[in-house]
Parts: sequence; structure tokens; C-alpha cells
Amino acid sequence: MGVLEPLVELARGLGQTFRYMFERPVTVQYPEQKRTVRPRFRGRHVLKRYDNGLEKCIGCSLCAAACPSDAIFVEASENTDEKRFSPGERYASTYEINMLRCIYCGFCEDACPTEAIVMGDNYELSFTDRRQAIYPKDMLLEPVHVHTMLTPQKVDAGVFTRSVPEMKDPRD
Amino acid sequence: MSKQVTLTIDGKQITAPEGALIVDAAKMAGIDIPVFCHHPKLEPVGMCRMCLVEIGRPMRDRATGQIVMENGAPKIQFMPKLETSCTNRVEEGLVVLTQSEKANAGQKSTVEFLLTSHPLDCPVCDKGGECPLQNLTMAHGSSQSRFIYDEKLHLEKQVPLSELIYLDRERCIQCARCIRFQDEVAGDSVIGFDERGRSTQIVSFSEPGFDSVFSGNTTDICPVGALTTADFRFGARPWELDAQASVCSQCPVGCNTTLNTRREAKAGGNIVIKRVMPRQNEEVNEIWLCDKGRFAYHYTESKKRLTKPLTRTGKDRKVNRVSWEAATKLAGENFLKAKKNFVVLASGRLANEDLFNLKTLADQFGGKAVLYSHIGGGELTAQVGVSAGTNLGVLGSGSTIVVVASNLYEEAPIWYLRVKQAAERGATLIVMNPRETKLDKYASFVERYDYGQEIKSVQELTKKGKLGDAFMKAQNAIIIYGSEGLGVAGSASLATACAKALNETEHVGKANNGLIGVWERANDQGAWEMGFKPEDDLAAALKGKVVYIAGADPVGDDPKLAKALESADFVVVQDILENATTEIADVVLPAQTHVEREGTFTSGERRVQRFYPAVAVVGDARADYAITAQIAKHMNFIMQSANANIVFEILAETLKPFEGLTYEKLSNVRVQLPMIGRGDMYYGGTTYENTHGLGVHLSAGATRGETVRIPRAQKEALPKVKDTDLLAVPVSKLYHRGATIESAQLLNQRIGKTTVSMNFDTAEQWGVVEGAQVKVSFDGVSGEAKVKIDETVSAGVMLVPRGMGLAIREPAVAKVKL
Repeated sequence: MGVLEPLVELARGLGQTFRYMFERPVTVQYPEQKRTVRPRFRGRHVLKRYDNGLEKCIGCSLCAAACPSDAIFVEASENTDEKRFSPGERYASTYEINMLRCIYCGFCEDACPTEAIVMGDNYELSFTDRRQAIYPKDMLLEPVHVHTMLTPQKVDAGVFTRSVPEMKDPRD
Repeated sequence: MSKQVTLTIDGKQITAPEGALIVDAAKMAGIDIPVFCHHPKLEPVGMCRMCLVEIGRPMRDRATGQIVMENGAPKIQFMPKLETSCTNRVEEGLVVLTQSEKANAGQKSTVEFLLTSHPLDCPVCDKGGECPLQNLTMAHGSSQSRFIYDEKLHLEKQVPLSELIYLDRERCIQCARCIRFQDEVAGDSVIGFDERGRSTQIVSFSEPGFDSVFSGNTTDICPVGALTTADFRFGARPWELDAQASVCSQCPVGCNTTLNTRREAKAGGNIVIKRVMPRQNEEVNEIWLCDKGRFAYHYTESKKRLTKPLTRTGKDRKVNRVSWEAATKLAGENFLKAKKNFVVLASGRLANEDLFNLKTLADQFGGKAVLYSHIGGGELTAQVGVSAGTNLGVLGSGSTIVVVASNLYEEAPIWYLRVKQAAERGATLIVMNPRETKLDKYASFVERYDYGQEIKSVQELTKKGKLGDAFMKAQNAIIIYGSEGLGVAGSASLATACAKALNETEHVGKANNGLIGVWERANDQGAWEMGFKPEDDLAAALKGKVVYIAGADPVGDDPKLAKALESADFVVVQDILENATTEIADVVLPAQTHVEREGTFTSGERRVQRFYPAVAVVGDARADYAITAQIAKHMNFIMQSANANIVFEILAETLKPFEGLTYEKLSNVRVQLPMIGRGDMYYGGTTYENTHGLGVHLSAGATRGETVRIPRAQKEALPKVKDTDLLAVPVSKLYHRGATIESAQLLNQRIGKTTVSMNFDTAEQWGVVEGAQVKVSFDGVSGEAKVKIDETVSAGVMLVPRGMGLAIREPAVAKVKL
């Protein structure tokens, strides 16, 4: 082994370093800068609403049944036309997800008969204690910009009678 | 045993009793044939067509009638079309194919047809998860429907049939299980089909709607989510529920139940009972439960539950929250001071273990153990009561059942059901009652007597005549006696007469024979076995004494007792709910309900049954037997209280009827037929399988060969009544103002106003009319009540319901004023 050999290697390495100084950086300045997520990214859950603001969630608890890590807890109650949260007879009066338990597998999305629960694109979850990791319904529900869209709503009788939207073609 | 026939189902050779339906025979052999309308407890109708199978019969030669043989085996001739296996009975040599291509196609198209108008409600349906239609669609249904979507019927979705039961017209598949249950089993034909064809729908034609105390059972056997209870409406999904075995605490029948529990955010993260379901026990409640048992569990989670020991001290009766140690010490010290003045007043709300410890304490310190009850005669049911092997469900031809002075429908609904079915199977039913009851319809003999004449009627049973013959010649005879129109003394005399009749005709000391008392509470029989006895004059027995009250509210029930307790020396109350008695007590000790702890109840049929803890203890409440033991400790008397099991062991060693019983024996199970409550909810409904014990009968004095001692029958001391007097008599009502019923919102609506009933002539005589609000007074008690005209009441008599605010203990001369 010659004396020069290490020096050659050193120069080679530094050369590589110098070359990358002029290339586009692959990192971003998080949190000032954020990357857009992929279309099928599975982030924090969002409970969706219909256009009129009624909650899509009907409190059927199928997401909780599908959840492999038992992260979801649902309690249902009865809707009335005076105080309507969702179409149909039933709504979720309690909806909680324990984000520490959640493994972001997306089974809840698949199980949902009304496409109410959707894995969003928020991945910035941080807690300082375990209780904070439990997201109640008001944190999960999609925000609205018009206050008339908030639930519960007073609606006309006999309009919202179906919990699950009618599907003429089940392949929809 | 009936004749057995051999047939082949799906290539499997099986034997079944002659006359069995193919579907039931297949079930016994482990072959599941899908059904909707068929139910093993109901008559076959063949309405849903789900059980279609291919049936082949051995071919017979027309000329000779001989079976045609082919290759050494009978030639089987299959019908060209599918047949329903729920209407065809087994025959020798039958060949049934349940899985053939043809049968499968038939079943598949039936599901498709049933789903034509069934809504896509499974996610919000209370039945979803334990739904026969859902399960059978998964197993037999097709993934595509050939029916046109726009032709789906859209019907009414939330139809309250009553305040307890909701109907969803869209979900109904017209199997008529509910209608048939009400007609055949319950005997209350209050619902039925309206319209025809595709417009067929269930309607209730009673006022109030669905007026039956068995209505909850229809939700168990409904194969879809068409009938659901208002109580469990959207309560939870079935798969989220835990199940724990229990025993109903509402009446002496002792129905086996399963408590479905779940941890709830609404309840602050506690485990709560979501619903009460029947647990199969063919010897007690079969697979049924009355509405009171099903919906009255809410008292266990009432806001009025006592949670901490309290004492009232000083002149100003200051309420202090104290420790268990301090409270029990105060109680113990006062009990010690009382000497002979010590009275233990306990009710049948308590478990056997609690009553045993209470009785031991009373005995040890020379106190008196008094049972809080309005019925007497329990020392006779302990001697000549029913014992091992007794099962109302097998009584039929050759047996005689006598029901005297009791309206079973209101007092013990499941016994009503069982007695009715026994009569339908051919048992001779003799109903003796001063007024018409629902059971009269099924009776072979109805004996109507005037209030006060019940003993004379019972004596008829041992004299020559129609009744005498039916009773004396019967292979088995059971007398069920109650307290309609009777007080403690009256019912005790009646019991004596009944016991005498049974003893004289040797209907004692063997299975399916004996005396049954229709008690007020779940464990009154247990209390009698321990040696508790009610007092004729309770007020006098309490005056000036040191009283230890457990599981009773004398102050709230009767102003006379309230007055007596006012002058009592010292009052210790141990109860689950705040009530008028806990308001005046010197020491209040919070007890656990039966759903929070272990223990046993003795049913009216003298069956000891275990219940298990299902939910967490409320506050600092303790089990009754442990509280008693803790008080005893302060009286320098050591009693076992480590757990219910140990107390029961000592109890079984001490008391003869309990001899040899252990918790293990009580939790033994045998196969219950028909098989219900396994994975296949479509066969028998959602009733739970019994895995936690069927219970064991106590031995009766007569079975042990002891001499039966029956006191001379006393004449009922009816007050002297002139023709112009009005006689007020006590009657029992299923939904009364008891603490356990009032806490249940749904049942509360059924309690109604305090109503006194009399016939038209009597009402006219007293110048009152139907619906009038009157002032009633008798025996130093007065109160308001509404008048109801009831032609079944005899002249000069007014029925006063127990537990409805008018404290009536025994018949009394009364006055009514507008």
C-alpha cells in the first residue's frame, strides 16, 4: 500500500461532497416548508360531513369493529328532527380515536358504510400525555365555515330518513 | 319414551322421535337447515320457505302396499318440487337432501326474495351482528339481486307498537314469529297482520299498544331487526357486549338471565348493563323473560344509590359521612345494648348468604328475625314445598295444578306462562279466585269464592266432587297459592289449608308435587328456609325496639310503620337506594345490588340459583353478608364474610334443606333442548345458552322423611262486614311503585295512577263514577285514588293495589268519598 493512496481516497470523497453542493437539495426546511403527501397517504382521521353540514357518521361502530388495535370507541344515540346530527335514526354521540393505539392501517375507512371516516393528510401529531392522544369527536369532525352547517340542526320532518345513502347501483 | 324412527339426512343416518319435524331432527343430528319462521317453541306454519329441502319417501306398491325394493334397498321416490322441512314430520325411511343443488337453489332464491324490500339498514340496526337474516344471507344469499331497485317498498321506519317495543315495517319479513308467540305462548293476542300480499304488515290492536307483559320476547325471536326494544335502542352493537350470567331479582320465579355489559363514556368510563337477556333454563323460564325482568334493571345504576355509610347523631340529627368502621361500630354497640329488644327486619331482596348471616346474628344476640312480606305460610313450603325433579314444563295429562288466590299474570308472569302451557298439554288446571284472572281461560275448573271463603274452597279439593276427583286422583298435584285479598295471617291460613290438602292426598315429598307460594320478592323462599317469619302486627313488633333493617322500606310503604319506627330506639338501615327509611335511620349502610356481587337466590320453586358479578361496585357499597359480619365483629362475634362462597358453605352445613349444596353444584349444566343460543341465532332467537348453572332444588321436609307438621287451619279473620259496608282488599300489580320499577323510565310509564276497582253497582251505591278522583280511607290509612269500574269484582268489594301509595296490609272496611 503506497503513502499516497489515502490521500487519493480523501480527495475523491471531498470531490463528491463538492459536487453535491451545487445540486438541488433533497431535504426541505420542515416545519417552515412542507411536502404535499401522496394521494393515498393515510394520515390522521377526519369525520366528513355532507354538503348541508350533517355528519356522515351514523354511529354504526363498524370502524371500531374493524380496527385491529382497538383504537376507536363509538357510542350511538338517536336523532330527532329537532336535533339532527346525521341522516337517519342514529348518530355517534361519542366518537373517540386513540392516536397512540392507531396503526394507520385504514381498515376503518374500508369498513365505513357512509364514507364518513377518511384518513386525512395530517401527520403532525404530538402529545405531552396519553390523554391528549385520545381525539374526541369535535377534534375529528371536519370543520365548517358557515355556522348554520354545524350540528345538531333543526330540519324538516321526514326528509332525512335514511342512514345509508341510497345506492341504485351497488358498484357505485 | 316415544317411538323412534330412522331416516337419512344428507347421507347421515339418524334416529328421531316420531312426530318430530325434519328441521328439528336435523338440528339434533348437527345438521343446520336455515329457517326464519320456524321456531322450536312455536307451531309450524311454513311461511318463509327458507327451509326448502328435497324429501324422498320409500315407494309403496299401490296394489299391495308393500315397500318397493330396488337392489336390496327400498326404492326412494322424490317429490318433483322442494318441500318445507319445518312442516314435514319425520317418517321411517325418509331421505332428506338439504345440500343438493336443487335445495341450495331454492334457499338462495328465497333469500333473494326476502331481500326485495329489506332496507340497507344493517349498520344502524340493533339486530345487526346477531341477525338471522344477515347471517343466512351471508351463507345462502346471492350477491346480486334480480329485482328492480325502484320497485323496493319504502315503509314506515319507527313505529312504536308500545312504549317498550319499536317496529320497523321495512325490515319485517312477515314470518309471524311475534304474532305466533303472542297467540300460542303468551296467550295475549294483541298483535297481528293487517292487509295482504306485499302490503302485509304487523299492527297492534290493543289499547295501550302491544299490551302484554311478554312483549320483549318478540324482539329475541324476531329473525330481523323489525322488532327492537326502546330500552336498548342504539345502545351498543351486539359484538361489543360482554355477557355475564345472573338471576332476575324481580319476582319469585327466578328467571335465568344474562346481563350484557359494556364500558361506556356516557357512564364516566364505568361498565354498565346495556340489556338483560333471557338465559335458557328449561326448568325455570325456558327461553322467556317478562318485561319487568327485562327492563327493570335500571335501579342498579340509579342516582339514588347509597354510596357511603352515614350516621345521624346528636339532638339535631346531624348527618355525618363516616367510615365503615365507625358506622358499623356504632350499630354494633347499640345492638349489644338492646339485648332482647333487638329486631332484624329483612326482605327477600337479599341473597341466601345475607339472610343467613342476619339470622345468625339475630339468634346469637337473642333478637327476633322478621321477614318483611305480606304473605305468610313459608314454613309450610319448606316442609311440603316442591323439591328435586320438579319441572312445571313437563306436567301434562295426569297432573293437577291448583292456583288459588293469585293472579299469576301480574304476580309471576313466567309461572303464568308455564301453568298455561301445562294446561294446554293436558294437565288439569283448577283456578280458585274471587275474580276473573287471565288464567281462567285455560282452566278445567274455575272456582269463584267470596273474599274470605278461600279455605272452604281449598277444602273442596279433598271432598268428593268434581274438584275432589280431579285433585285426589291426580298422579301429580301442585298447589300455587298467593295473597289476593289476604294479609299475612290470611295467607298463612290459606297455606295451611293447601298443605293439609296436599298432605292428606299424599301429594308431598316427591317430584312434581307440593306447595308453591307466590311471594313478593325474589328470595322470600330463601328467607323462610333460614327461619325468618313475617309478623302479623309489624308496627307493634318495631315499637321501641332496636331495629336492623335490611333491604326494606317500611317508612315509605306504610305510615303506621313509619310511626312505629319513629318511636324505635335505634334504627340501622342497610339498603341499596335512598328511601324514606334511610331518611330517618341512625345508621345507613350502603349495600351492593345483586349485579355487583356473587350470591344465590332461592326461587319460589325452591331452586337455589347463583348470580355472578357483572358490573363494578357503586361507591363504597359492600355485600350485605359482609356488612352484617362487620357489625358482628364489633359485638365480639366472628362471622364468615371473606366471600359468598364461604358463607354458603357454612349455610349448607347448618341448614338441612341446603345439605350437600356447593357453588360448584349450583353451576352445573345439562344439555337444554331445544338447542338455543348457540352460534345459529336463526333457529331459536338471541336467548343465551346456559353455561353458568341451572341451579339445584332444596330438599323439602317431606322428602327427607320428616313428619309434616301442619297447624290447624285458622279461619281468615275477615272484618265484620255489613251489607252496606265496602270491603277493601289488597291485590298485587306487576308494575307498582317499587323502587326497582320507578327507576326504569320505560316501565314507569306503565305504572299509572293509583286506581281502586269496584263493580258498577258498588260504585253507584257509593256515588262514584269511572275515572273519578276519590278519597279512600280504611284502617287508619287514607289517600287519593282514581275509580275504575270493573265488573269482575264482586259486589261490596273494592280492590286496592299493593305498592301504589295506599298502604293496605289486609282486608279492611273502607270508605270512599268524592
